[in-house]
Amino acid sequence: MATGQRVTSFSARRVRADVPQLTRVVNGRTITYLDTASSSLQPRAVIEAMSRYYELRHANVHRGVYQTANEATEAYEGSRASVANFIHAPGGAAEVVFTKNTTESFNLIAKSWGAANLGPGDVVLLSEMEHHANIVPWFQLRETTGIEVRFIPVSDDFRLDLSHLDELLRGVRLLSITGMSNVLGTRNPLKELAGAAHRVGALIAVDGAQSVAHGTTDVAELDLDFLTFSGHKMLGPTGIGVLWTREEILDDMPPFLGGGGMIADVRTDGYTPARGVTRFEAGTPPIAEAVGLNAAVRYLEGLGMENVSAHERDLTQDALTRLELTFDGRVRVIGPLNTLDRGGVISLDVEGIHPHDVAQVLDQFGVCVRPGHHCAKPLMRRFGLAATARASFGPYSLKKDTDVLLEALEHTLKMFG
Amino acid sequence: MSNLEDLYREIILDHYRSPRNRGELPTPPAHRVEGFNPLCGDDVVIFLDVRDGVLEDIKLTGRGCSISQSSSSLMSTVVKGKPLAQVQSTIDTFKELMTGHETSLSNDDEHDDELDLRTLGELAALQGVVKFPVRIKCATLAWNTLRQGLEELASS
Repeated sequence: MATGQRVTSFSARRVRADVPQLTRVVNGRTITYLDTASSSLQPRAVIEAMSRYYELRHANVHRGVYQTANEATEAYEGSRASVANFIHAPGGAAEVVFTKNTTESFNLIAKSWGAANLGPGDVVLLSEMEHHANIVPWFQLRETTGIEVRFIPVSDDFRLDLSHLDELLRGVRLLSITGMSNVLGTRNPLKELAGAAHRVGALIAVDGAQSVAHGTTDVAELDLDFLTFSGHKMLGPTGIGVLWTREEILDDMPPFLGGGGMIADVRTDGYTPARGVTRFEAGTPPIAEAVGLNAAVRYLEGLGMENVSAHERDLTQDALTRLELTFDGRVRVIGPLNTLDRGGVISLDVEGIHPHDVAQVLDQFGVCVRPGHHCAKPLMRRFGLAATARASFGPYSLKKDTDVLLEALEHTLKMFG
Repeated sequence: MSNLEDLYREIILDHYRSPRNRGELPTPPAHRVEGFNPLCGDDVVIFLDVRDGVLEDIKLTGRGCSISQSSSSLMSTVVKGKPLAQVQSTIDTFKELMTGHETSLSNDDEHDDELDLRTLGELAALQGVVKFPVRIKCATLAWNTLRQGLEELASS
């Protein structure tokens, strides 16, 4: 990626000025948005790209021969090419399937590739830090195929316990694992894991929902087989997600949803599915969302993913240090305490105060954090927690967001202490 | 911060910090019922000792936020020792309060509602929850679980 000339151009303040929602006033205070891990906010470029599309260019894709229909198709397919470029897909746009979100992408892998390729005794290896989106589809597949679902444990230092990886990999056909935990912030050693999976003849699928918008993703360099992510967690719109997989895997996957757009032919005695990625895109796809996603990808590339990553690492280090200094253990971080292989997701246990109460008080300060189990109940159980209050950073976050967070946490402790 | 003070009244924080009727009862004779809020992971376990149509004793365990914990604590103090019919009507009144339709305090014509509200006593402190719609399920968890427990007892 040509980030060289952009290194000095990154300014979180400028990013902030690009995001209209960050000027909102809630409860008398300007919003302090610390919930990017749940959903990111959109810069004007994304919102305007979608508006312009609806105002001037909307038509169904892959159908009409008139001017705007061609433009809509070009916009939709252009987004596919941008996304492929963004993750360095070796086969380009032909390897990018548009879905609804990360969850649907995992369902597609399980219900298409999994159902066609896995049977009784085959093992799908997950980890204890997975989001439910990368757990439940595999349990569902287990019900119909008799596969075994196994979990890599998480150690007390909030990282994968890989000490028994060789044993765990026995019989494994797919290692499906998150690039970055949405609760702990832990980044996993994907290249090492891909190598280990491939050595036993297994494929590797990576949940990129939390990682793709916060650093460079190179599926070829990491040697991955599947990558899933969502538009709305990377400054793009809701309603669109991505499944990337290598072309030779894609060619062997049976269709997922049936309907228009995914066929080569339909007769009264049956149908023939289309070739390539459109085989997985039945019905009118999320066209405006693809346009928005394209704008988000270009916006992120303009910032430079290395810059975004460095900025968020700086914010995370600052927040971890100040949380420790200010609260002296009364606020416990559920996740690694250093920024090595760690992203800007900070889960907090505030001295036994329930996260819903914490989040409620924080809301009075205009601070948006997410309380709950974060769709990672096995991980919560692992650490004996019902829930945490989670703060997370994006490219528009500033250290002053942490100032407000600390102020609001002090008030919370005073109130419930 | 007036809104927040509406939600976290002193009496609510008091019940949260020192929950009443906390603990377990031997089963049998007591009946055990469990309630669960899948959205936030909160749970409550209620032990009911019913004799001759009277809720002689009630104990609760479980974990949750201040609203769910104080609501269950307040509930236990109000229903303990009461005939089942009265317990049932208190549940109904509380649920009604949580729907936000309650206006009877300022309406002299509706004597029935006023009487019902009086039976709620300290529970009226939970009125502020209505202004925070996502927290209503916190306040009603114990009540729904109690109702479920009474139904199980009635059908057994």
